[in-house]
Order: sequence, then structure tokens, then C-alpha cells
Amino acid sequence: MTDGNTAKMPLRAKVASSVSRTAAALSRAAGRGDGSVIGGWIGLKIDPDLLAHLANGRAIALVSGTNGKTTTTRLTAAAVGVLGNVATNSFGANMPTGHTSALAKAGHTPYAVLEVDEHYLAQVIAATTPRVVALLNLSRDQLDRAKEVAMMADLWRTALANHPDILVVANADDPMVVYAAVASPRVTWFSAGQRWHDDSWVCPQCGAPIERQADQWWCVNCPLRRPMPQWTVEDDGVIDPRGAWHKVNLQIPGKVNVGNAATALAVAAQFGVRPTDAVGRLSTVTSVAGRYAQVMRDGRNIRLLLAKNPASWLEAFDMVDHAPTLLSINARDPDGLDTSWLFDVDFSPLRGRQVLITGDRAYDLAVRLEVNDVPFRHVLSFDEAVTSVPPGRLEVIANYTAFQDIRAELDRVN
Amino acid sequence: MSTDSAISIVWIYPDLLSTYGDRGNMLILARRAALRGFPVQTIEVRSDQRLPSTADIYLLGGGEDGPQALAAQRLLADGGLHRAVAQGSVVFAVCAGYQLLGGSFFAKGAKCGGLNLLDLNSDRGPSRAVGELGGTIDPRLGLPPLTGFENHGGRTHLGPSVAPLARVTTGIGNDGSTEGAWRGKLLGTYSHGPALARNPALADLLLRWATGMDVLAPLDDTWSDRLRAERTAATAVS
Repeated sequence: MTDGNTAKMPLRAKVASSVSRTAAALSRAAGRGDGSVIGGWIGLKIDPDLLAHLANGRAIALVSGTNGKTTTTRLTAAAVGVLGNVATNSFGANMPTGHTSALAKAGHTPYAVLEVDEHYLAQVIAATTPRVVALLNLSRDQLDRAKEVAMMADLWRTALANHPDILVVANADDPMVVYAAVASPRVTWFSAGQRWHDDSWVCPQCGAPIERQADQWWCVNCPLRRPMPQWTVEDDGVIDPRGAWHKVNLQIPGKVNVGNAATALAVAAQFGVRPTDAVGRLSTVTSVAGRYAQVMRDGRNIRLLLAKNPASWLEAFDMVDHAPTLLSINARDPDGLDTSWLFDVDFSPLRGRQVLITGDRAYDLAVRLEVNDVPFRHVLSFDEAVTSVPPGRLEVIANYTAFQDIRAELDRVN
Repeated sequence: MSTDSAISIVWIYPDLLSTYGDRGNMLILARRAALRGFPVQTIEVRSDQRLPSTADIYLLGGGEDGPQALAAQRLLADGGLHRAVAQGSVVFAVCAGYQLLGGSFFAKGAKCGGLNLLDLNSDRGPSRAVGELGGTIDPRLGLPPLTGFENHGGRTHLGPSVAPLARVTTGIGNDGSTEGAWRGKLLGTYSHGPALARNPALADLLLRWATGMDVLAPLDDTWSDRLRAERTAATAVS
């Protein structure tokens, strides 16, 4: 306990921090998980202000939104890493317990980049006084227990209005994000594209319809409209506010991740990192808590994609090769218990390839695919899926707990 | 736009009332009609467009409070749905759309006027109803049990001129006892989103109402049947 962040801490916080790290190590050793939640939980029990104590003295960026948080956090941590050591919650444990664990485990670092569950953003802003907050997008996700999209935008808006010192980096393409971010006087806008529009046809500010044409959108009634973005994506590169184009060589697939790279460079720039210095580091990100991981088994090159809600399914279809594809759907607590959203996803991009389905709620998916004219076969296990396809690429797209199940089959691949 | 021979299905205001896969009901009706050889026309009408009044089936989906109140205002001003109902069109409404069919509902804490097409009124319940919803359907409709998922804060009180769609066996529905309502060719349910995915017989009832045919050719419902059985078993043990 000689490191800088903890040296200034009250004794209670030092004890809490130490116990937190020990518990996380024990949890991992016992094979109970990543250890990224339990440690923080115990630490916060001993010292409720532990997160604030651990955050003190670090320059922090928070990354929040419905989709892309984990990947963007990893890319941002890589970019900010130009300046020095960065603490980050890279296992996707994105609530205060996870932040506490991540900071306790990292010891002294001048920087931290933390992924934050969108429901906890206001709380984590209050605890960590971040220098930068990045807002990616807001769309429907587990509506049986999550807040409705418009309510979430209001919560963000209030949190940012209360903290005018924060540098906000926000997505100009998402009306819900723009509505929240304009409450801040210090916003840098990026354009990462948005495939999913079905949660933003109605203006969050006044309730009138939102019109769209090409990249532009505007409320027909009030002044809310797409701001001019300073950071944009062009081809496989990112254009910075000075107009310079930086080629992005990513190891992870999809146009959506070029957008996430733009966000990462924009956030890093708020810390003084030049995009030319950071862009090369983005290619060090190969997989993120199993997402995009590739595993060989029985001659099959299995690639794992996580898709948790309609917007992320659309992005996943953009990433997959034309190869046999396994879809796995559960509806356990972390997934949301309601499978209605399956009908918000158009599965027709999967036509013409071998499609296998599995998971607790495979029958919901079966009915959806039938209506969508996508032929499929139901398999009862991951092993059966692997042996049902020819050697070569097998794409796997799964929602949260289904993804974790398959990841466990593959020895918790990261 | 519409041709005399085709079954026309209008999805009302997908920009306002589409929260939980509501598109599914339109897709399922269109598919089940097409498999029987009926030509089908599906029409999505946004809230800034006029509603045609001569379609065969109208669909109303779920929505958050603000869009629900806006939809009521637009539909009252438009008048197209009322004309269609007077001419005998079929209406199938779920969740917020179901509440809209009544005399009044609550949105953002305020009482709002509904379309007065069904004799019912909705207010706020003591708790949010979230979870599996099941019930035995009014025997006059001749359908197997209802199964679905509900997520709403409302309680709905039926007047004397409507019948409950079902008696609740799982979940809350209108009030923990009855679920949904129907009169003539108007039918509403708290089983939200793609309610017809789990209830293909209900989809066929709407198609029979629209076509005036007493019997439709049977379809292969293997996957729907498995889904129904799996959901019924899951709610029985929980």
C-alpha cells in the first residue's frame, strides 16, 4: 500500500481497498467468475465512499450508452495509454462495484477509463468527478426492467446540467444523446453513424416528429437538430477536428467499431493525446471480454459476437462473414425476461447461409425466423452446433447469458 | 392504394406505437394470409399521415406515455379509424394501443381522453405488471388459452358493453382477474408486442373476421406449438 492514490486515503478506505483486491483474487482463484464485482461489493460495504477515494487524484473518462460501451472503453484505454498507465474495468463490470474493483486492483494510475451502465451514470459522475464523459447512444434494451429510452435521456441531461465542468464527447447522430448532451456547455460531437432509428422518431424535447435525410436529422417543431460533428468516420478511417484523416487498422470487425475508434480518439484528445500518436495503439485491441474472440475447435474457426438488443443485432449482421451462423437466445435476468424484441430485428440478412439456433428461448427465435423466411435448424448444444457445420468459419451471435454460456464452453475465452 | 381482392392491413403509427416488437403482428397476419393464398397489402401509416378508412385490419401497438397521448390526439383528429370501425373493419390493439380504444387512460400522470371505441377505462394500478400473462379465452371465441408477456402500469375497468378477452391464470391483465376485451370485430389485450407469435389461433380469428370465412386452411404451427408448450410449462412451475 505505498502507491500514490491510496497513500492519501483514510485508513478505512485503505482497508476497504485491500480487502476488495483480496476478495477479487479469491473469487478468481475459486473459479467463481472474473472477480470484478465481488471485490468492489465487499470494499463498498466497508467504506461506502471507497469509489470516490479511489478516484481521487486520477484523470477519469466515463463511457456510457446502450451499445458499444465495453469495446469503446477498451479502445479509449488503449488511446489514453499513450500518456501513462490507465485503470479500466475491462471485464464489462460497469456498475459502481465494478469501478471500485477496477480502481483498487489497478493501484496508482494517473488515468482511468471506466465503462458505466447508463442507469448509473449520474451516480458515478458524482462519485468520480470525471474530466470527460462519452455518450454513445440510447436505444431500447431490456425494457421489462430498464428505464424507457426517453426517461434515460432525461436522467443524463440532468446529470450533465449539474456538472458543467465535464468535457462531454457525444454522438451527434443520436437525437436522444444530443438532447441529453446539449445540457452541457462543453460538448465535442462525433459522428459514428447509427443504423437503428426506431427509438428516435419522436423529439425528446417537444414530442414532435423527427425527420431524417441522409445523415441529417431535425425536429420539425423545435430547434433540436443534428449538431455539426467535429470527429467523423470516412471509409476505414477517422477525420479529426482539423480535417486530417487517420487510417484505423482494427483487429475487431464492423463499421460500428470504426465509429467506436473515432469516439476513443475524441475522448483521448480531451486528455491532450494527438490522434496520430493514439491511432496505432487501437490495433492492440483484439477481443473484448470474449467479444470478437476467435477460437479453433475441431477444425472450425469459431468467432463470438455479442448482441444484446435490436440495435446491436443490426450491427452484428454487418460484421459476420457469409458463413454458417449459430444464434443463441436466453431470457434470464441479465438478458431481460421478454423476448418481444426479436420482432424488432430483421433477420433477413442471414438468408442464404446455414443458420442454427439454440438457447433457452430457441423456440421464440424459431417462430421469428419462420416469419422472416430464414430457414434454420434447432440444435440442443453448442457441441452439436460445431459438429453440424463444415470445417471453416462458424459465426456465433448470442445475447448476454447465452454468450457467457458459450464462452464457458470455450474455457472463458477473452 | 388498396385493391378490392387483397386483405389490407394497416399498422397505425409505428413512429409512436412500436415499443416491443409490435411489427410482429403485422408480419404474422400477412404471412398467415399469404400462406392461404390471399393477396395481402401491408400499410404502415405514420402519425403525420392520413389514416385510410377502408382497410380490413388495423393494428395498434404499445408505446411510452408521451407517444400514447400524442397518438390519441392524432387519431381523434384524423377520424379515419372511427369511420373504418363503423364500416366493420377489424381492430387488434395491444398494451398502450388497447388502452387507447377506451374512454380514458392515464399518461404522464394526467387523465387523457381515448377513442371511445370500446366501453372501458384505464387508470394507474398500485404496481407495474411485468411478466408472463396467461388466461382462458372467452369460450364464444373458440380459441386455445392466451399466452403472452405484459409490461404496463395500468389497470383497465370494463363497462357492460364489452366482454373480457380472457380469465387470468397467470399475471395481471386488466386487474388480476380479467384480461383484455372484445366487442364485434374489435379486440384488445395487455399481451404486448408480437402477441400473435404465441397465439396463432388468435391471428386466424382476426383473418376470419376480415375475410368473413368460417374456416381457414390449417397451417404447420410446429414451432408456435412448441413455444406455447414451453411457455405454459415455464409459467406452471414459477
